[in-house]
Amino acid sequence: MSALLATPQPTSTWYLLLGAVLFAIGALGLMVRRNPLVMFMCIELMLNAVNLSFVALARDLGDISGQTAVLFVLVVAAAEVVVGLGIIVSILRRRPNATADDLSELKG
Amino acid sequence: MELFVFVVSSLMILAGAVGVILRPNPVHAAMSLILTLFGVAVLFVAMEAHFLAAVQVIVYAGAIVVLFLFVIMLLGVDRAENLRIEPIPVQRPLAVIVAVGLVSTIGAAIIHSRDAVRSASGVGLVDAVDTADSDSNIRQLGRDLFSDHVFAFELTSALLVVAVVGTVLMLRRPSRTERTP
Repeated sequence: MSALLATPQPTSTWYLLLGAVLFAIGALGLMVRRNPLVMFMCIELMLNAVNLSFVALARDLGDISGQTAVLFVLVVAAAEVVVGLGIIVSILRRRPNATADDLSELKG
Repeated sequence: MELFVFVVSSLMILAGAVGVILRPNPVHAAMSLILTLFGVAVLFVAMEAHFLAAVQVIVYAGAIVVLFLFVIMLLGVDRAENLRIEPIPVQRPLAVIVAVGLVSTIGAAIIHSRDAVRSASGVGLVDAVDTADSDSNIRQLGRDLFSDHVFAFELTSALLVVAVVGTVLMLRRPSRTERTP
């Protein structure tokens, strides 16, 4: 029992490092994948990593403003998904197999 | 106990994130994204941010992922993408190098400044465990949102209206009467 109590408690540094790893995985996916929908999901991963860091720092600093910032990030993410999926729908309606590479054809 | 929660939910988060970037099928990638979002929600609860955990599940896992799945099904793009094709020759090794550099840069900054954060002190979060008040997190968040950030809050309403109206205008098919002038 005493060994269980002696186990280290996760500090906010751990949460921040987890956020950094999650952000890097999202960035890697954004650079590697070519399906525009999956690229969007990778952007969501990066936003979640930042949210995690915000909440960890809010707890550490004892300031609720960090959690308020997360709320605004959520709203902006929702607006971004609406607009981005609208653009993707209007592209994929014309070319069902379009990938991010094919968007180079947009230039005149 | 908190260590156990942290380890389990970070394994969920990382497994989901790796699933998003490695699954060839977009539907499976969306399912992995749900796993990641739930893990983040669990960590929010562990950090006493109860309201944000609820919003995370409802808005992200509920609305946004359903929107993704809806678009995938609507367009019928739920085919597996062949991940073996590498369109730009050295793109993947370079991307891995950039990602490793990113995580080591951010990680070095976090570890270097871990004591600086600890020494700073804010106004103090009201902790639900300390005060035995289950609504204290929501009450504190609402007070902060509608006093200090009320202008930004009003701006988000304008942002949402602009986004929705813009999307509707962009996706509307022109009606027959407009097409023949």
